[in-house]
Amino acid sequence: MSTVATFPHRICPATGRVIATSAESLIKVNAVVAVVALLIGAIAALLLVLTRWQAVHLLPAEWYYRILGVHGMNMLIFFIIYFEMAVLWFASTVLLNARPANPKLGWFSFGLMMAGTLMVEWAQWTGRADVLFTSYPPLKAHPALYLGVILFAVGALTVTGLFFATLVIAKREQRYEGSVPLVVYGAVTAAIIAVITLLHGAMIYIPTFLWSIGLIKSIDPQIYRMIWWALGHSSQQINVAAMVAVWYMLSGLTIGGVVLNEKVSRSAFVLYVLFISMASAHHLLVDPGFGPAWKIVNTSYFMYLAVLASMIHGFTVPAGMELGMRLRGFTDGLFGWLRRAPWGDPGFSSLVFSVVVFGFVGGITGVTIGTEQINIIAHNTMRVPGHFHATVVSGTAMAFMGATYYLLPLIFRRKVAFWGLAKMQPYLFSIGMLLLSMGMTFAGSFGVPRRHWDISFAQSPFEVTFNPAVDIVLAVMGIGGILAVTGALAFIAIAVKSVFFGEAITTWPLGKEIAGIPQGLTMPPVHAANVDELNEQLHDEKRGIAGATPGTLVLVGIFLLAFVVYYFTNWKLLSFLWKVG
Amino acid sequence: MLTKVHSGLDPVPGVWWKPAHKAEKVWVAIAFAWCMVLFAMMPLWHWKGGQNPSGIRRRVDAVKFYERTVEFAQQYKIGEYRGVPIAAPPPGSEVYLTGMTFQWYPILQLQAGATYRLHMSSLDVNHGFSLYPLNVNFQVVPGYDYALQVTPTEAGDFRIICNEFCGIGHHTMVGRVIVVDADGKPLADNAHAVIRDREAK
Repeated sequence: MSTVATFPHRICPATGRVIATSAESLIKVNAVVAVVALLIGAIAALLLVLTRWQAVHLLPAEWYYRILGVHGMNMLIFFIIYFEMAVLWFASTVLLNARPANPKLGWFSFGLMMAGTLMVEWAQWTGRADVLFTSYPPLKAHPALYLGVILFAVGALTVTGLFFATLVIAKREQRYEGSVPLVVYGAVTAAIIAVITLLHGAMIYIPTFLWSIGLIKSIDPQIYRMIWWALGHSSQQINVAAMVAVWYMLSGLTIGGVVLNEKVSRSAFVLYVLFISMASAHHLLVDPGFGPAWKIVNTSYFMYLAVLASMIHGFTVPAGMELGMRLRGFTDGLFGWLRRAPWGDPGFSSLVFSVVVFGFVGGITGVTIGTEQINIIAHNTMRVPGHFHATVVSGTAMAFMGATYYLLPLIFRRKVAFWGLAKMQPYLFSIGMLLLSMGMTFAGSFGVPRRHWDISFAQSPFEVTFNPAVDIVLAVMGIGGILAVTGALAFIAIAVKSVFFGEAITTWPLGKEIAGIPQGLTMPPVHAANVDELNEQLHDEKRGIAGATPGTLVLVGIFLLAFVVYYFTNWKLLSFLWKVG
Repeated sequence: MLTKVHSGLDPVPGVWWKPAHKAEKVWVAIAFAWCMVLFAMMPLWHWKGGQNPSGIRRRVDAVKFYERTVEFAQQYKIGEYRGVPIAAPPPGSEVYLTGMTFQWYPILQLQAGATYRLHMSSLDVNHGFSLYPLNVNFQVVPGYDYALQVTPTEAGDFRIICNEFCGIGHHTMVGRVIVVDADGKPLADNAHAVIRDREAK
C-alpha cells in the first residue's frame, strides 16, 4: 500500500500523498536557488531592455554585453535548471509516494552545481567572460567560465541519474500501481533529453576549457557551433518537456483536467526524445559548414515529427481541460468550460497563458524562422529573441510560476503571500512578455540585429538609419519588458515572502475559499461518482467529429489558421529579396 | 483506485495503449499533414524559389582568404571611401568579402541584374553578414569560405551590418555594398542616400 511508508515522511493534508522528508528539503533548496537566479536575471533584463530601447539607451557598451551574458546564464541555465531539478525530485518522489535515491549524493550534486554557478557568476561579473552566453571561439573567456559550466552540468547530470534511480526504487518498493502517471512520464522525457543535452555540453565545454588553459591549440569555430547548439537548443527541449508535464499537472490540480488518451500523449513525448536533439541545426541554417540536405533534415526534426508532438500536446492539454470541466458539469455551449474556469486562481491563469503564448507566438514563430530559407530573413535579428522569449519565458517560466503557487502550500506549507498580487501576477507577466516578444519580432523583421548595443550606429564609418517604425516597436518592447520585469519581481517577492516569512499552514478546511491558498487546493476539482458513465455519454458516436471537446477543436482550428497565414506570409516576404543561392 | 477517467497525476494501468477517440485522430492526421507541407516547402524552394542558402563551401586558411580578398580589391579597385577600397568586379566574377574586427573589407560595387559568386569569410572571430535594409543574413565563420550566387535586383546604396557579437566594437562594424543601374547610378563615391535623393530632385 502506497500510504504506508517506512522512511521519514509526512502525509499531505490536501492530496493524501506521502512526502519523503529528505526529498522535500531537496525540492525546497533547488526552488529557492532558482528564484535567486531569477532575481539576478530579472534585474539584468531590466537593464538590457532599457538599453535596447534606443530612446533610453541606458548602459555603456561594455556593460551591455557583460549584462547580456549574465542575463542569459542566470535565466536560461541557472533559473530554469535549478527549477527543473526541483521538478525531477518532485515528480519522482511526491507524485509516486516514494523516497529519493541517495539524498546525500543529491546534496553533493547540488553542491557541485552551486560551485559551478558561483564560478560562472564570478567570471562574468568581473569582466573575465565578456563572450556572451554562447561563448563562440575564437572569442576566449577565463577558464573559470568553462569549468563552472562543466561542474554545474556534472551536478545536474548526477541528479538526473538519481531521478532514474528513484523511479526504479519506487517501482521495486511498489509505491504505485500500474504505470507511472503522465506527469512523471513527461518528467522522464525531460530527464532523458537532459542526459543527451548534458553529454553534448561535456563534449564541447571540456575541449574548450582545455583550450582556454592552453592545452589544446584551437577549437574549430564551426564544429563548436554545431555541438554547442546541441546543448543550447536541445536544453530548451528539456524545458518544453518539463513545461508540458507541468501543463498536465496544473490542468489536473486546478480544474480536474483529464488525460484523453494515454497512448496519444505518451507517444507525443516519445517523439520529443527521438527527434529533438536535431534542433542544433536551427542555429546553423545560414552557416557555411553544412549543405542544404543536412540542414533540411535536421532543422525539421526529420520531417517535423517533434513539431507534431507539440501540436498533439497543444490539442490534448486544452481538450483534457475541456473534458475535465464538462465532466464536472460545466457543459454549456462551446466555451462555457472556459468562461466558468477559475481565472482568479494564479495556477490556472498561468497555465492558460503558458499554453496560448507558447503555441501561438513561440511555436509558430519558431517553426517559421527555423525553416531553412526563411532563416535568411531571421538569423541573428531580433526575431530570434522575440521567438524564444515567447517559448522559454512566456511558456516555461510562466508554467513554472504557476506550479510554484501550488508548491508553496503543498511543499513549503506556507500560504501564498500578497494573495491579491499573486492573482494578478500571471496577467502582468504574460502581457508584458507578449508585448516584449512582439516588439522584438517586428524590430527583427526590419533587420534590427540581436545582441547589438547601438542601432543608431553613431560610431560607425557609414550611416545606417532604420525605418522610423523601428522606434515604435522598440518602445513596445521596452514597455512590455518593464511590465514583464515588474511581473517577475512580483513573483519573486511573493515567493520569498511566502517561504521565509509566510503564514505556516498544516491543514485547511475544504470547500471554502481561503486567501493565500489556490482554489484547486481549497475546493479540489472532484468528478462525480458516475464520471466514467458521463465520459461514455460525451464520447457518444452521435456527437460526430467534434466529439467530447468541440470547443478545443475550434481553438486548434484558429491556431492552425494563424500558423498557415504567418508561415506563408514569410515565404512571400522572402521572395522579394535579391536572388541568392 | 484506477478509474478510467483520470488526471495526469494518477498512475494508470500497466497497459495504456488504448484506441484514441475520433477527434484526436482527426487532429493528429491534420497536424501530420501540415508537418509534411512544412517539410516539402524547403526542397520545393530549392527547386523553384530564388532565395536559398547555398551548399558551395570549403575550408580555408583565414589569412590566405584575407590575402585573396586584398588581391581581389586591388584588381578591381575603382576608388576609395573613408580609407576602404571600392572594388567593382565585372558581372559573373568571383567576389571576395572579409569580415574582421571591426570592419568589412572591401566596399563592393555590383551591377543590378548581374550575377556574382560572393565568397565570405572572417579573418578572426565569427561575424554576421546582414544586408541592410533588405534583411538578408548569413553567418561568417573563420576558416570557412561560404560562396553565394547573388543577383542584386535593384540599384541602391546598401550596408552590411555585423549581427554576430564579435567583441566590444561589434556595434561599429558596418560595411557597404553599392549596386549601380545601367546608367551607373548611384555613384560609388557620393552615393549615400541623402545625396542620391537630392540628385533625384
